[in-house]
Amino acid sequence: MEILTRWWMYAIAALVMAFVISQSLFFLIKASNRAMELGISRKDITKVITSSMIFSIAPSIAILLGLVTLAKSLGIIIPWIRLSVLGAVTYELPAAVNVVSGVFGLSMGDPVIIPQVLVTVLWVMTFGIIPPLIIVPLFLKKIQSGVVGIRRKDSKWGEHFMTAMFLGMISAFLGYVLAPKIQPGIEGYYISITAILTLITSAAVMVICGILVNKYKHEWLKSYAIPFSMIGSMLMAILYTFMGVR
Amino acid sequence: MNQNYSYNERIHTWGRIWMFCALLVIFTLPLTVSIMLGEWPEPANFLKGFAATAVIFWTVTTIEVFTFSPMLGNGGTYLGFVTGNITNLKVPAALNAMQTLDVKMGTDEGDVISTIAIAASSIITTLIIAGGALLLIPLTPVLESPFLKPAFDNIVPALFGALGVVYIAKSWKIAAAPIIFMAMLFLLLPLVIAPAAVPGLVGLFVPLGCIIAITSARILYKTGKI
Repeated sequence: MEILTRWWMYAIAALVMAFVISQSLFFLIKASNRAMELGISRKDITKVITSSMIFSIAPSIAILLGLVTLAKSLGIIIPWIRLSVLGAVTYELPAAVNVVSGVFGLSMGDPVIIPQVLVTVLWVMTFGIIPPLIIVPLFLKKIQSGVVGIRRKDSKWGEHFMTAMFLGMISAFLGYVLAPKIQPGIEGYYISITAILTLITSAAVMVICGILVNKYKHEWLKSYAIPFSMIGSMLMAILYTFMGVR
Repeated sequence: MNQNYSYNERIHTWGRIWMFCALLVIFTLPLTVSIMLGEWPEPANFLKGFAATAVIFWTVTTIEVFTFSPMLGNGGTYLGFVTGNITNLKVPAALNAMQTLDVKMGTDEGDVISTIAIAASSIITTLIIAGGALLLIPLTPVLESPFLKPAFDNIVPALFGALGVVYIAKSWKIAAAPIIFMAMLFLLLPLVIAPAAVPGLVGLFVPLGCIIAITSARILYKTGKI
């Protein structure tokens, strides 16, 4: 559709990019100043920034895969905008499928050429993702004061409480790795041994990094241990698949 | 203490302003396209698509706010929920940074480090997505190559294997109950097979994992085992 490549579509993409980068820089500066007030050194702040950027490269490339899939139906600019602000690769695709296939009975692999389909996709995607923009401003203060209250009442329990929250999240994702998967074109479910091996490999690389940091004093590695473990285990996933593991 | 109070208060004010602006920004796209095309969604089409989407994703995103905001802190929550990709990127980035500097979640230090990590992550992701969009045609064969597919298919285990082992090793007593429960649940209950097909739905199970972990931690704490 011609409209998808008009100059003002690029202008909206530029506006969204500028907005996200401005907000990120704003919070980065405010939080860095506050960190220095709290006694965190400039060197450690730089370390966090560098490590977070490197850490984000692989998941960001995975987000690009979502862009490739969505671009087949919606062109390049709409997925670009949607994945840059509020979007998530796990949300945008199902939302588009719900409209393109669910409402209009079309295939996601074909370009959207009917204006009614396009505007419906856009409005559904937008309304479908707004709850955080309403809930966070209304409830964040209350949620955080609850957490502060727990810590204030009993600091040791407060620490265990936060650890438990995080481990609860980790457990759900570990369970997800074990969950039976569906392979397109093949009936039934299978448990992905590749996923389990990737998980174990990632954990093993992390342990090796931990030994190198703690025992052999390679302190620099601490900032990059998780990105190394991630990328190393993703490369091993290619090898496992090449060896015939499913 | 007073300075700390004032920083947190200011973060709420700034965060709310940015979130209100984000609300305007995200509506720019559908509004402009509808005006330029002179086409608006038919109510029946919109409601059908919206109901199918909202029933799942309004639930998931609402749960995400309540479960992830204590981990992300104030600044991290305001920023992370605007820039998106919370579970697959922002929460792990924040945890990676807190682990790197040995600061604890829910503390003032944890809050600022999480905010810095999410900001840095958001900038790099925005630039990669923009670069990827502009170079999509030459990049598509690489991104979709069968050779690289297993790597991208396994990004969740690659991410949570490394993150998990650190925290599980540190707090294995608290970790045991939720991990065993979730492993059994995902393996045995046919009802939860659906999340395997829709990765976004795993967020629905996070609060359950948190409740089990908190209950188990409370019991261990009260009995003096942690």
